[in-house]
Amino acid sequence: MTLQGKVHKYGADVDTDVIIPARYLNVSDAALLAEHCMEDIDPGFRERKRAGDMIVATTNFGCGSSREHAPLAIKECGISCVIAHSFARIFFRNAINIGLPLLECPEAADSCEAGDMLEVDLSRGEITNAIRGVTFTAKPYPEFMMGIINAGGLVERTRHRLEESRS
Amino acid sequence: MSTIAEKIIAAHSGRDSVSPGEFANVACDVVMANDITGPLSIKEFRKLKVDRVFDPNKVVMIPDHFIPNKDIASAIQAKDIRDFSREQGCVYYETGRAGIEHVLLPEEGLVGPGQVVIGADSHTCTYGALGAFATGMGSTDIAMAMATGDIWMKIPHTIKFVFHGKLQPWVGGKDLILHLIGDIGIDGALYAAMEFHGEAIRSLEMDGRFTIANMAIEAGAKAGLFPVDEKTEAYIAAHPSKRGYTYKSYATDSDSDYARIIEYDAGTIEPTVAFPHLPSNTKRVSDSGDVAIDQVVIGSCTNGRLSDLQVAASLLKGRKVHPNVRCIVIPGSQRVYSEALDQGLVKTFIDAGAVVSTPTCGPCLGGYMGILAPGERCVSTTNRNFVGRMGSPQSEVYLAGPAVASASAITGHISGPAEVSSTQEVQAR
Repeated sequence: MTLQGKVHKYGADVDTDVIIPARYLNVSDAALLAEHCMEDIDPGFRERKRAGDMIVATTNFGCGSSREHAPLAIKECGISCVIAHSFARIFFRNAINIGLPLLECPEAADSCEAGDMLEVDLSRGEITNAIRGVTFTAKPYPEFMMGIINAGGLVERTRHRLEESRS
Repeated sequence: MSTIAEKIIAAHSGRDSVSPGEFANVACDVVMANDITGPLSIKEFRKLKVDRVFDPNKVVMIPDHFIPNKDIASAIQAKDIRDFSREQGCVYYETGRAGIEHVLLPEEGLVGPGQVVIGADSHTCTYGALGAFATGMGSTDIAMAMATGDIWMKIPHTIKFVFHGKLQPWVGGKDLILHLIGDIGIDGALYAAMEFHGEAIRSLEMDGRFTIANMAIEAGAKAGLFPVDEKTEAYIAAHPSKRGYTYKSYATDSDSDYARIIEYDAGTIEPTVAFPHLPSNTKRVSDSGDVAIDQVVIGSCTNGRLSDLQVAASLLKGRKVHPNVRCIVIPGSQRVYSEALDQGLVKTFIDAGAVVSTPTCGPCLGGYMGILAPGERCVSTTNRNFVGRMGSPQSEVYLAGPAVASASAITGHISGPAEVSSTQEVQAR
């Protein structure tokens, strides 16, 4: 699967409070959450974003709260993937579980600027920046996690498991 | 040869041993969610088309974040977890008989040594203070475990933190963990299990240990564990397992089992403050400079326990909150509230000019009960000071322990307890 989109670039330690502030967590509907995505770190994000766009950051993206509302809001905004040096662990799990692709690739994150157009080959983990003429390969997922991704997320995987145990 | 975390996970995944980096399906003793994360969990649980949770005694729902309901939308979320709990017969504590989940579960005897606890709240790591492997996850993970009773985990490596020496007066668990995070950074223990050791750690009562384990996530860790000792055992004896569980304590075999060992001289650690906007942005309170403040919050799953309120009351007794400051005190549970009343602490706070609230997470995450306006500053005993955490993105949160928070409430600027307390008070401690 190939993704294409423009870069929205951020730095280190983008926390879940700025991705979706808790003052909006009295609902869990993704469309309502998306209206406030990145509001406290980048008030212009909502107007600027286009379907397929990518979020690029440095270390520890998604640190802080366990709120799954954060990757849900990002996904609902049409963001096709997040590329970063590293991810905080709960955010990482949540994104895999709900089907928001994450790519760990410091070189790719460092080599692009806001507004660059990137192309991402998800199956190969390849990130291409045509304007700058560079391609990088993200750290591959462990086999165990690929099992969850290939099953279509954790809910599907669990449903499958439960069906197997019943039969 | 294994660490505490590895032994607990092995015992819960039917293996003799596990190694860092491996994956395992781990059986859970407690699966928890709250009024923010629970509704999403329930939605995902329904997708599985299973009728019942795997074990209603092990599924726990706690309304605490926006409780008592702050608006209609929060009331609907609280109703969601209440209705689900009634339908499934799972463990549920109603407003008025509850408290902040991470204060409530230990005092209710729902968690203990050697258990695996997962919760849809990042501060679930608090129960590591009791020697449990406890970690936060998202709503979907929790939903799946509600149905199956197990969860996938990548086995974390363990970092040992040793605090040598004796603590200075007024220095508590909060100062140690802030000092540590200031040293290693907010991703300094990313994906790791932290283990806490040393003379200063052994000297801490359980409340101080809960504070430290609570903020393991603020260093990026998956869990923060304490070895079980006589203080843990005394706590468990006073808060026995509600479900008749026999707990098991584990110890790490040798120092060679750790990925790293980091040591501190606790005797040199002073009351510490984390400046905006990261918990790692720490300074000694004596190096804080002149920072005028508008609000103080004393409470939360980090520092809302009885001994936290006792420290605060010891400084506020016979003194007044500064005219420019609102001081909000929030006992972490109904039990803490009741004990604070019995001990006259609530009267002390009210006489000093503070607000005393019913238990809630409220202001810690910018929910309600103490939201900050643009430009306002708050010294808070909570756990995060990210941009917009307590209200306006133009406000500032300074993290500290209850001693610094209450001293600052009195002076109106960030202050150490030494600035307001007499020599007698210091000696009495």
